[in-house]
Amino acid sequence: MSHSATSTSIFIGIIKRDLQLALRRKSDSLSALIFFAVVASLFPLGIGPETKLLMQIAPGMLWIAALLAAMLSLHKMFTEDFMDGSLDQILLTKLPLSLVVLAKTIAHWLSSGVLLALISPILALQFNLPFDSVVVLFLSLLLGTPLLSLIGSIGAGLTLASRGGGTLLSLIILPLVAPVLIFGAGAVEAYQAGLGLTAHFSLLGAMLAIALFLAPIATAASLRIALE
Amino acid sequence: MIVVNLLNSFYCLVTLIQNEVAMLKTLRLESVSCIRGGKSLFTNLDLEIKPGTILRISGDNGSGKSSLLRILCGLLPPQAGKVVWGDQLIHEDRDQFHSELIYLGHIPALKADFTAIENLMSLALLSGQSITAEEALRALTAADLADQAHRAIRTLSQGQKQRIALARLRLPNPKPLWILDEPFNALDQQSNQLLQSLLLAHVKQNGMVAISSHQALSIDDDPQVMRLVL
Repeated sequence: MSHSATSTSIFIGIIKRDLQLALRRKSDSLSALIFFAVVASLFPLGIGPETKLLMQIAPGMLWIAALLAAMLSLHKMFTEDFMDGSLDQILLTKLPLSLVVLAKTIAHWLSSGVLLALISPILALQFNLPFDSVVVLFLSLLLGTPLLSLIGSIGAGLTLASRGGGTLLSLIILPLVAPVLIFGAGAVEAYQAGLGLTAHFSLLGAMLAIALFLAPIATAASLRIALE
Repeated sequence: MIVVNLLNSFYCLVTLIQNEVAMLKTLRLESVSCIRGGKSLFTNLDLEIKPGTILRISGDNGSGKSSLLRILCGLLPPQAGKVVWGDQLIHEDRDQFHSELIYLGHIPALKADFTAIENLMSLALLSGQSITAEEALRALTAADLADQAHRAIRTLSQGQKQRIALARLRLPNPKPLWILDEPFNALDQQSNQLLQSLLLAHVKQNGMVAISSHQALSIDDDPQVMRLVL
């Protein structure tokens, strides 16, 4: 029987809807994963069998590859809804737009960032990383990739109605996510050097908390500007 | 199970009461002006859509029909003037206003990878209404689309997509205010007549409709239809 939907059920409904769409079109998520694997595999091929050097650069290389792979699907976060008219319907929900954006960002992270983090231990093997460093890399990606989706959503909103949005999006977002890269890759390097993880993970956590609050508000404002 | 049924009945009752109260409200434009791309489309426009009336907007291409409809539902802020729903500006109680309207733009807002039923359920949820697959199927059957109910939207024709988007109007507990941008586009003669009958039936129940259309319609001479030429 039909009844009024609560704000919570609309929020969960948007996440489910976007995940269902991602499942129906697996090629988008798969291409990001394959891109991640290919880029991460090119470095050992280019550098050669320098085990020590590969182990040293592995955290940075894997983080850069994950960051670039996450960029691939960012521009699609709102573009398809904009092109097929769904974005108007999303703007007319009773849920505040910033919460709608948060729901869509969570769905984007679940269909891209989580998968990148999950595949990272396998890719780390070719860099000869010890098991505990691989675990730290996985955790740093798990903490850092939602930041990429959150910060990326601001760029996706800003470049929504512009031509060549994909390139412009990367130009806007890549400098903004530099701190995530520094502390994400830095966490693994610090662990390998025996310095402990607390500082890097705390900073990533703090950035995530701030972005969780501010990024959806900024994205909502950029979407309204783009649609006027 | 009994508790769930009771809760559902309670929600249904609340929705019905809300819709009945909303049926008594009017939508007013007061001295509204719109400028798009540096061109003034209309200035100082005053109009009122009362319960039981259809606002029929016509005009040349680029005259501002779609912009006016977007202003009416709050998607586009006017350059000057205000839009009032009942006794409140629409942006003051945005959530309540949006839960009392259905807006269909000139693009059907359907997901190509979803089936017709999934699309209706998803769109209903976005507009604040939780419906079952059976209710979605019933609305599609009423619109003579039962055969297309389980097909992915990407396999359907433009006219069928438009009819599926319009099947939202046949869902239970209809919203009082319907804002439809070129709803007759791509429809065949029979669907066109069905939609006009549906609009008349809605306003007979004290609903309100704002539509834009290029075509001559058989409801044009109906006393409930207000004409606005931009």
